[in-house]
Amino acid sequence: MHDHPHHDSPHHDHGPDNRLDPMEARTRALETLLVEKGLVDPATIEAIVQSCEERIGPRNGARVVAKAWVDPEFAEWLKQDATAAINSLGFAGRQSEHLAALFNDAETHHIIVCTLCSCYPWAVLGLPPSWYKSPPYRSRVVIEPRKVLAEFGVELPEEMRVRVWDSTSEMRYLVIPQRPANTEHLDEEALAALVTRDSMIGTGLVSLPGEAAQ
Amino acid sequence: MIGPQDLGGRAGFGPVAPDPTDPLFHAEWERTVLGMTLACGSLGHWTLDESRHARECLSPQAYYGSTYYGIWLQALENLLLTHGEITAEELASGTVSAPPLRPERKMPVTAVASVLGTGAPVDRPASAPARFAPGDAVRTTATVSPGHTRLPSYARDKPGTVVAIHGCHVLPDTNAHAQGEQPQWLYAVEFPGHVLWGDTAEPGSSVLIDAWESYLGPI
Repeated sequence: MHDHPHHDSPHHDHGPDNRLDPMEARTRALETLLVEKGLVDPATIEAIVQSCEERIGPRNGARVVAKAWVDPEFAEWLKQDATAAINSLGFAGRQSEHLAALFNDAETHHIIVCTLCSCYPWAVLGLPPSWYKSPPYRSRVVIEPRKVLAEFGVELPEEMRVRVWDSTSEMRYLVIPQRPANTEHLDEEALAALVTRDSMIGTGLVSLPGEAAQ
Repeated sequence: MIGPQDLGGRAGFGPVAPDPTDPLFHAEWERTVLGMTLACGSLGHWTLDESRHARECLSPQAYYGSTYYGIWLQALENLLLTHGEITAEELASGTVSAPPLRPERKMPVTAVASVLGTGAPVDRPASAPARFAPGDAVRTTATVSPGHTRLPSYARDKPGTVVAIHGCHVLPDTNAHAQGEQPQWLYAVEFPGHVLWGDTAEPGSSVLIDAWESYLGPI
């Protein structure tokens, strides 16, 4: 859509002293101070980040959605007590202590946001994408959700209700998208492969490959 | 307080620009800031609510002029300074000159899996029955909180409807200011778009917030 400037490579063109990016330098300065004071362990920092990159992510949420599509008892449990239902699949932890599932249907479309910071269901979706944490999405999706959805290429029928859930507490929301038509022949695993991150935020719909979601 | 973080309904930030190739981190320092912030949480000097408040207390210039993890880094520096775990002199010089306060609470690498995997639930036993029930008409408070609050300004002094009771949860407004957890009933409250935005609202849209009992009054 547009190019983000990335500052993740060493700046070899900055002259013989090869200065660090100012944020890289500021971060290293604080880290060094905390390590020398015995307050943080660099191995702990690395383990935390690796866990956030590898243990959690939208594939977890996709398993929840696919199970809800094929297992009516699980779907009912998810409606009544999403925290317990999702924990039963092994997905739990920080930023997902209290969960609620929002089921899209023919009448209602749900979208999640955190206008005040970046609350997001880590255990099932991982760390949030940049756009979710950024002022344009946080400011606009509550006042003009359909215009924002259009920027994601999503158009909803005019008569559909749009409910935007602002995550102002420690409740974390997971959108359960509608199951696409003509997927009766697919098993749970194949269904999970169709489920995208954005469809579980509410800024996307689930479609079969080659078909436009609608 | 209405701080720079209170973004709902504001204009001027441009298109959302979703980029499917956008990585989780854009530089090595962003990874470090995330890990360092979570690791420092275990020192126990501040609550999650206080760390959110530290981010919203940045000046509007700093908040809007910083990247996401840039905001986190500045807030972490301020939290460590406020609680005396580092000094301004140390931060400026990069050299240790004061003893640490809580080195015994350093998070060991062996604790990472359980700290992240368990999290920190905020539901608490209730000391009184819930004042509102699903279907009740309520109005949010008109009071602008002097400190941290999770009532967005767009939903202040507005009529809405309770749609769910989430349980009894720690109150951020006090927990962010070392005034204790003071748990209260927490409700999902729905506002039709036109109540919040008037004629600008998109037809058929609504916004829901989670509101603690003291944010609400009967209509």
